[in-house]
Amino acid sequence: MDVFWQTLVAGILKGGLYALIGIGMTLIMGVMGIINLAQGQLMMVSMYITYVLFSALRIDPYLSLAIAMPALFLLGVLIQKYFLNPLLKVDTILPHNQVLMTVGIGMVLTEVIRFIFKSDYRSVSTTYSNKTFFLGHISFSVALTVAFGIAVMFTLGMFLFLMKTDLGRSIRATAQDKEAATLMGVNTGRITVITFGLGSALAACAGTLLAPVFYIFPDIGGPFTSKAFVITILGGLGSTVGAIFGGLTLGIAESVGSTYLGMDYENIIGMIIFVGVLVFLPSGFKRLTKV
Amino acid sequence: MKKNLYPLIFLLALIVLPLLLRQEYYQHLIILFMMWVIIGSAWNLLAGYTGRVSFGHAAFFGSGAYAAGLLTYHYAISPWWGMVTGGLLATAVAFPFGWITFRLRGAYFALATLALNEVLKDAAKIAEPLTNGMVGILIMPTFSSKLPYYYIILFMMVLTILCMRLTVHSKLGYYFISIREDQEAAESMGINTTRYKMISLCIGTFWTGLAGAFYMNYMGFIDPSVVFSLQDLSIAAVLVGIVGGVGTIYGPAVGAFIMIAVQEFFRSGFFGLFKYFADKTGSSAFTTVSEFVKTAHTLGFGLLVIFVILLLPNGIVGDWPKIKRKVFRIKPEN
Repeated sequence: MDVFWQTLVAGILKGGLYALIGIGMTLIMGVMGIINLAQGQLMMVSMYITYVLFSALRIDPYLSLAIAMPALFLLGVLIQKYFLNPLLKVDTILPHNQVLMTVGIGMVLTEVIRFIFKSDYRSVSTTYSNKTFFLGHISFSVALTVAFGIAVMFTLGMFLFLMKTDLGRSIRATAQDKEAATLMGVNTGRITVITFGLGSALAACAGTLLAPVFYIFPDIGGPFTSKAFVITILGGLGSTVGAIFGGLTLGIAESVGSTYLGMDYENIIGMIIFVGVLVFLPSGFKRLTKV
Repeated sequence: MKKNLYPLIFLLALIVLPLLLRQEYYQHLIILFMMWVIIGSAWNLLAGYTGRVSFGHAAFFGSGAYAAGLLTYHYAISPWWGMVTGGLLATAVAFPFGWITFRLRGAYFALATLALNEVLKDAAKIAEPLTNGMVGILIMPTFSSKLPYYYIILFMMVLTILCMRLTVHSKLGYYFISIREDQEAAESMGINTTRYKMISLCIGTFWTGLAGAFYMNYMGFIDPSVVFSLQDLSIAAVLVGIVGGVGTIYGPAVGAFIMIAVQEFFRSGFFGLFKYFADKTGSSAFTTVSEFVKTAHTLGFGLLVIFVILLLPNGIVGDWPKIKRKVFRIKPEN
């Protein structure tokens, strides 16, 4: 039984961080109607920012949140403003030009980072990277637990921001109906820019929190992008609450899968869930939670 | 006849070329180019004409490659039979997949293809008794010279392009385009959209699987991370289509040419330009640059995608009138 609880705890801790990446992606999905396939790569960039700050200036990863998040917010804003919004004006055959653009941006980010840092595995080995504490028989990784706490904080903050503030309401209005929002006086162009910035900042937050636990290498972005879109689909496109549940579900499912089936199955389980959701619950958890 | 003039000249050139160009390196590049024309055209039928973008074409390419490889590996059947089974297996994979995803609107299909790609890659890694896992499958190539492969793939490419032309210019093609332009309208005109999307998917994946089986025969070695590669195959297929021009017959050919050219341009260090400078001047800076350039072909391709989407959103063939106007200052006729 201990093994099961241990697995569950590990899954939930990981799921909290997945939720953070998923929310970023689902926000962008809601407002722009596109899947951002550079989400994992943005996260990877923030991991490298954390790595540089840590190895050059000995800044603790949790403090570097204050640098990595604004930096990625800015990067997201620039990407949206100069690379994605111009595409809205041009007439094309394919509806997926913006998605392809994010693929291109993801590739360039990965390769630029590879050019600077080479393909070597790096690690941010803090004093607490490998520490654990016990509650009963169950061990908790210190770094992951703190990360989970911070992730929950940011998730709640994001949720309150979306529900209570004017800007948050504008974002939700744009997501629901762009034309109507424009008619109500919302500057939707600005909203898309801010949303992409926020989405990137959330990815940055997840990246920085994961940096002490994971090895860092340029290709780490890809798998996280696919995790993020599984979460987005699982939660229902554009649903914040759904993304939280989606993240936790994926975290737990992966953890259970790798304990009881073997490490190889970790990725395949996420994908099986994905296909299952497409078949049985096409609008994801959104259908159940209605938010 | 005038319409067919350039393609026919090009075809003749391709037939004669290997007899003049004896270096195996160049023959190899042209073989790869023709293989990419097939993959790109197949992708284009689905994405460019039917409007269903596949981000995981490697799934079908890999299925084809494994179909050919496994037949040889387990039953010692000539891998050339795999050409038939490869295309069929890829279609068999695509069929239930399309059946599930085509009922859904929006970005689901594009994402599901991405997922399918990853699932098949992992499945091929895990199912070791069947696929040999990460070790991969090694078979003896049938021919030692490149020429037979060259003409086989040339033949396949011509068949693919003919198939695309026939499909697109038939009633089927118009159905596809109507689905791309407005699915609701197509449906209300009495077109069974799901059925025609399935047909488009099946034709597209058949040729992709065939290309995969050819790859197995030609390279003699496959493993899951090569034939199910997201970056080198799935994304590259999308790029070939986008750069050349979606929804055009010869767009993928242009795209494939540019992709191979860019790849080799970087891989060879601007065709040895930097190495030449390094030898001439003896400075180490050029050697460093040359080393970097060799690894930068993905970066080059990523940048190319960004610029093409920003400036030529319909690809080089699709935006050809625009290029003519802007670059060559040629006024459009009438």
